[in-house]
Amino acid sequence: MTITSPSSTSSPSDVDGPYLQVEDLTVTFPTQDGPVQAVKGLSYSVELGKTLGIVGESGSGKSVSSMAVMGLHDAKSSEISGSIRVGGTEVVGLAESRMRKLRGNAMAMIFQDALAALHPFYRVGDQLAEAYAMHHPKASKRDGRRKAIEMLDRVGIPQPDRRVDDFAHQFSGGMRQRVMIAMGLINDPSLLIADEPTTALDVTVQAQILDLLQDLQREFNSAVIIITHDLGVIAEMADEVLVMYAGRCVEFGTTKEILTRPEMPYSWGLLSSIPEVGASTDARLIPIPGNPPSLLKPPSGCSFHPRCSHRDKVPGDLCFTELPALTPASNRAGHLKRCHLPNPEEIYRTEVLPEIAPDLAEEIR
Amino acid sequence: MTQDPNAKVGIEASEIGANAAETGDRDLSHRDTDVVDDHEVVHAPLDFHELAEQGHAATALDPDAEPIITIDNLKMYFPVKSSGLVRRTVGHVQAVDGVSFEVPRGGSLGLVGESGCGKSTTGRLITRLYKPTGGSMMFEGHDLAKLSNSEMRPLRRDVQMIFQDPYTSLNPRHTVGTIVGSPLAVHNIVPKDKILPRVQELLEVVGLNPEHYNRYPNEFSGGQRQRIGIARALTLNPKLLVADEPVSALDVSIQAQVVNLLQDLQREFDIAFLFIAHDLAVVRHFCPEVAVMYLGKIVEIGDRDRIYSHAHHPYTQALLSAVPDVKQAAVGGRRERIRLEGDVPSPINPPSGCRFRTRCQFAQEICAKVEPPLLQIGKRHKVACHFAGELGSHPATPVTTDLLAIDDQGTPVAGATPTNEQLTIPGYEKTWYDLKSKQTTGV
Repeated sequence: MTITSPSSTSSPSDVDGPYLQVEDLTVTFPTQDGPVQAVKGLSYSVELGKTLGIVGESGSGKSVSSMAVMGLHDAKSSEISGSIRVGGTEVVGLAESRMRKLRGNAMAMIFQDALAALHPFYRVGDQLAEAYAMHHPKASKRDGRRKAIEMLDRVGIPQPDRRVDDFAHQFSGGMRQRVMIAMGLINDPSLLIADEPTTALDVTVQAQILDLLQDLQREFNSAVIIITHDLGVIAEMADEVLVMYAGRCVEFGTTKEILTRPEMPYSWGLLSSIPEVGASTDARLIPIPGNPPSLLKPPSGCSFHPRCSHRDKVPGDLCFTELPALTPASNRAGHLKRCHLPNPEEIYRTEVLPEIAPDLAEEIR
Repeated sequence: MTQDPNAKVGIEASEIGANAAETGDRDLSHRDTDVVDDHEVVHAPLDFHELAEQGHAATALDPDAEPIITIDNLKMYFPVKSSGLVRRTVGHVQAVDGVSFEVPRGGSLGLVGESGCGKSTTGRLITRLYKPTGGSMMFEGHDLAKLSNSEMRPLRRDVQMIFQDPYTSLNPRHTVGTIVGSPLAVHNIVPKDKILPRVQELLEVVGLNPEHYNRYPNEFSGGQRQRIGIARALTLNPKLLVADEPVSALDVSIQAQVVNLLQDLQREFDIAFLFIAHDLAVVRHFCPEVAVMYLGKIVEIGDRDRIYSHAHHPYTQALLSAVPDVKQAAVGGRRERIRLEGDVPSPINPPSGCRFRTRCQFAQEICAKVEPPLLQIGKRHKVACHFAGELGSHPATPVTTDLLAIDDQGTPVAGATPTNEQLTIPGYEKTWYDLKSKQTTGV
């Protein structure tokens, strides 16, 4: 496949099925102390116009997996196996020159810390124009500038024709994040990866940015992956949720399924360890005990077992010896979980929910 | 993988480090798991019910608690200097401008607001890391605002601070023992040989392994470092703790551990907290009373239920509506929210009258002319807004006109006298202004 015109890769019509398809992705970093498997056997897919939310603690492999999709890992210091197909193009093992044609064009990424991700010495307009010119070799400088102003306007920056000549530090946190989004969207990518796009922002600004992302997604019909540890953001943005722990997918399903009927103790732990603004004041805050495991020496069996407070309900020592497979949850299509518990639904309803959301437990009964 | 000769000979573990340092080849793998697991004393309770028992529900309000600190009309103006050789003061950043509140003994007050609203500055004023420009802070019969640094020193043991970022607030070149123990040495509280036992006791209190006093902060994870910061703040048995975003730098699952720890400590040692955070849900859980700040002023203050379920200020309502809610998953899509346009105005030149008016959908002429007073409208609820009302039922005419002797446009009415004698006291009055009847009422 030769890529001459940039639009040929980003046009969604020549793709069957999901736009992004990740299969059995494994990312290993060789270190002095042995290989670190940051992502193990991860599979997921995202269709155009849909949003996938990835949740998990730091070090669970959320960012590593999406950086693999963008081809941002140095081939010298990482080993990637499995398959990542973006719009029908296999990305794993793709030559850097061809990767560069895809990156920023068919797919783009929005980073968490916009001040660090934007260049401090270049005007934001020039940075935006450069991203445009890279994939539109025939465009003139004036075209680039026009496009930059257009994008700044699109993401809601007032007086874009004046702000285009400002530097990154002259913008407030929310505005800077908008510039990042403008840069990500300047080539109309079909896949947008937002890595903690609102973590450093105030709630009011966060709401603005999330509104913007959603509006833009509708407009461009792009596939979006949103990586966050805020389940509230997931609840309002994502169609499907992937819960990651120690490099593996531990639960997957629609947002409604995962957040209302989770079947994996780690997901329960995530839900019980965050207070909610609307929850009953009798709800307990139950932390997940301990710390995330070291990926150098991952625990045997289920990697969550050292922190799991439900492992006594599993017969024998299955949790210690055997890695649970990613199996369909109780009779519902599309809901997968990686856990040995025989009756997770019942445990959640009768034991966990009354503690973390007494009001909800009442309703269900 | 390692060429370490010691591995074959079987020398004691403590010697491996020294030897490996010479060869330049260290096998850190066993230490790495150590970093994650062994610092904490409490190991995972296996039973979920046991674990649930350790988790706390939201802290309840003690309505009769006496205030431990009374802040009255506190102000902090930072000078803005011109550039050049002679650096004249060309203006002031009004970071905190006339803030009044009380923190109850053994209770906690939450301080919320967007970044730049002055909540952290307020915390730093109370710990006297800054000397305030004006106002008073009455703590145990002393006005902290007027004390000199030497007069302040003995009082510092009663007012301590927990910082936001556990990575930068601990000195990387000091051991945990030195960090936690130095307040004892500075204040000459115990003889030198008694410092270590006290340090170990404190480490145990915050859930760390007391044997690890000799380690350095870099050997601990983020949540564990925050525990060290908390242990340091507890060293001198403070009566008031200012916690400036104590959990926002931590991972979700670790946040809950630290919040539960703080609740335990509050119960055990009867410590009052000024809890500064931008996460409204965490504040709701930890604080029975909450103050909302905007651009250096408190716009609304009240107990948990009044603020979170019956907010009267448009800004509080906007803040609350902006918080993403997990429960939304059951419904799907986004929640209806109040969109706040634009950014917070500059505190160097704040808007006249009500500071929120530039972003407020209810703003009228009066809002630009007259600053709304912080008016008590319920037993434990004060709000600073001319059009105070619950969401969807904001009044059409200003509610403050009678009290301030002004008409609906904000011009003073000739002959009328303002009737607001008690509008600015830091605590709550027994009587308040009822918004429906426009009368002063009591219990």
